[in-house]
Amino acid sequence: MLNKFLATGIAAAALVGVAGTAHAGKDLDAIKARGSLTCGVPTGVAGFGLADSQGKWVGLNVDVCRAVAATIIGDAEKVKYVPLTAQQRFTALQSGEVDMLSNNTTETLTRDTALGFDFGAVTYYDGQGFMVNKKLGVKSAKELNGATVCVQPGTTTELNLADYFRANKMTFKPVVIEKVEEVRAAFFSGRCDVYTNDSSALYSTRVANVPSGQSPNDYIVLPEIISKEPLAPVMRHGDNQFVDIVRWTQYAMIEAEEYGITSKNVDEMAKSDNPVIKRILGVTPGMGKALGVDEKWVYNVVKQVGNYGESFERNVGKDSILKIDRGLNNLWTKGGLQYAPPIR
Amino acid sequence: MAVEALGTASRAKVAPWNDPVVRGWVFQIVVVGLVAGLAWYLVSNTIENLARQKIASGFDYLGREAGFEIGDTMIEYSPASTYARAIWVGILNTLRVAVLGIILSTILGTLIGVGRLSPNWLLSKICEWYVEAFRNVPLLLWLFLFYKLISEAFPGPRQAIGALWNTVFLSNRGLYFPTPMADLIHKWMGVGLLVGILGAILLHRWARKRQDATGQPFPSISTGFGVALGLPILIWLAAGAPSTMSWPVLKGFNFEGGTVIQPEFTALLVGLVLYTSAFVAEIVRSGILALHKGQSEAAAALGLSRGLAMRLVLLPQALRVIVPPMTSQYLNITKNSSLAIAIGYPDLVASINVTINQTGQAIENILIIMAAYLSVSLSISAFMNWYNKRIALRER
Repeated sequence: MLNKFLATGIAAAALVGVAGTAHAGKDLDAIKARGSLTCGVPTGVAGFGLADSQGKWVGLNVDVCRAVAATIIGDAEKVKYVPLTAQQRFTALQSGEVDMLSNNTTETLTRDTALGFDFGAVTYYDGQGFMVNKKLGVKSAKELNGATVCVQPGTTTELNLADYFRANKMTFKPVVIEKVEEVRAAFFSGRCDVYTNDSSALYSTRVANVPSGQSPNDYIVLPEIISKEPLAPVMRHGDNQFVDIVRWTQYAMIEAEEYGITSKNVDEMAKSDNPVIKRILGVTPGMGKALGVDEKWVYNVVKQVGNYGESFERNVGKDSILKIDRGLNNLWTKGGLQYAPPIR
Repeated sequence: MAVEALGTASRAKVAPWNDPVVRGWVFQIVVVGLVAGLAWYLVSNTIENLARQKIASGFDYLGREAGFEIGDTMIEYSPASTYARAIWVGILNTLRVAVLGIILSTILGTLIGVGRLSPNWLLSKICEWYVEAFRNVPLLLWLFLFYKLISEAFPGPRQAIGALWNTVFLSNRGLYFPTPMADLIHKWMGVGLLVGILGAILLHRWARKRQDATGQPFPSISTGFGVALGLPILIWLAAGAPSTMSWPVLKGFNFEGGTVIQPEFTALLVGLVLYTSAFVAEIVRSGILALHKGQSEAAAALGLSRGLAMRLVLLPQALRVIVPPMTSQYLNITKNSSLAIAIGYPDLVASINVTINQTGQAIENILIIMAAYLSVSLSISAFMNWYNKRIALRER
């Protein structure tokens, strides 16, 4: 029944929602009028987007929503979170149910064009990997011929999987289940030999979702990374200013890390003589006006959410249970790919 | 007649706004106009907005390469196939589970419905508990339960339970059993089966006509089965009995060869059948209870055995009560099969959802899925209405 409702819901949302946006005006005005940002997040991926035991949403993706709310409204708490499965998310965004997605979505050409979306800056440079039970004795993804693979539908993962096996002349049997919780359960119960997802999600699943009685050490993530998965927030076409704000909010967090501005020292940094820092934090006005938001936008973001490095370490890095290495997601000055254009 | 007379008579005297015929027409035109206007507004607004947001539209995508794999297919399919083919795979999978579900739940439901009326206290109580347990818990939960049972209870493929001298294997990957290798003769055996079934029906008609005329009964049912099954077997023997089998063999991760019934399919079918047969049982019970006690007593007085009384006297009358609500149950099975997505059976909804996600063309795909379910449901409904008319009380 769920799915019948889902199907008709999508149709209704597509009709009604699209009809609605015709008159709603700019997304930014709607957010300001509402006083809150509606943000589509994952249904539960530890470290990236998960409601904690108090029902408070935390994660790297959630921090993007909070930062955007801090930029536009001045308060990082003014966010309404809408958990969306991989299947639901695009329709929800197209139909105007959410203002933006920050939902482990991979940026691709089709999504940027045919689906009518714009992407923000990359939140996390990811790549698809495979996780298997150690008992299988598999050391490489090239040995997976004939395997049964658990995968979530409606993802780039599903397509990369088929491409990889075709390219390597191997066959596989997919087990495709919509809810990520059910996919994991199927994998851990042994229904599948392999679980494939973005490697960040694999590490997250291995640590946070392994059932009692099994240990994370029973599972290994194979060394092959078979795809590029730049995860970025998504906005629909139609409001360029809002898209700019999201992208520059992300750049501001990276820029803040680069210049050593943290949530702890932001007040002292505001007294700095460095012209770059003065411009970033709005002590020298101009940047906020150009973007169409409060001059203290970066101050609000860093004070309330933190810079990119803080957000990373807190949610998925060394201060979290996932302990993911910065790797590609380190600053460009430290050998990574996180590089923000200058705020000036 | 009366209305017409009123209309023609009053038209001459009454002003048009007081003429019921004119008013009726005006109101109907207004209503139709409003509905059409609303539909036009919704459609044009949607198209305009899709264009404004630069979302692709049209059905061109159906011919493009789908790129995703499907785990359980009845026809040849690979990621290189088109979206149209992927959707067709989904439709066939939905039909497979719906048809089997309808047949099995009819049989099981009838048994339980009759069992609930049994004079045996234990049997009737068990049937009652069954009905109450299954129809009072949402189907989705049953599906999760059966799926979890299958994937948790059975061992992995390398520890699979082998049965029948290790020709049949049961594991959490499903039930593997040997099947004959594809052979050209199979097509002709299928033709033979169809011809045999046709022959059996003709035989049954002839037997009934003869019994009506002469009173001589003829065992047309058992002979009918013999004819229907015998013909394909004869064809097979005539072709030299080709018997190369495909045996399931453990290879790497999984079994290869043979045929597999996958856990997702099993869980869905079992869930649908057990759930729906609880409703079917109640319909059958109500149909039988609707008959007057005198009917079975009269049949007994004529000397009919209990089986014959059931087949010739009670069931034909009970069917008149049973068939209309059964149609709803058959439609429910078909539509409830869309819950498959929760446990990963690749049905029509699964194919369409992935297609929506990859192409972003929700409206076109929703139209396809609605058309597919509508045509399946209307076919079932049309068949059941035809059957209902056939068994309906014919007054002479």
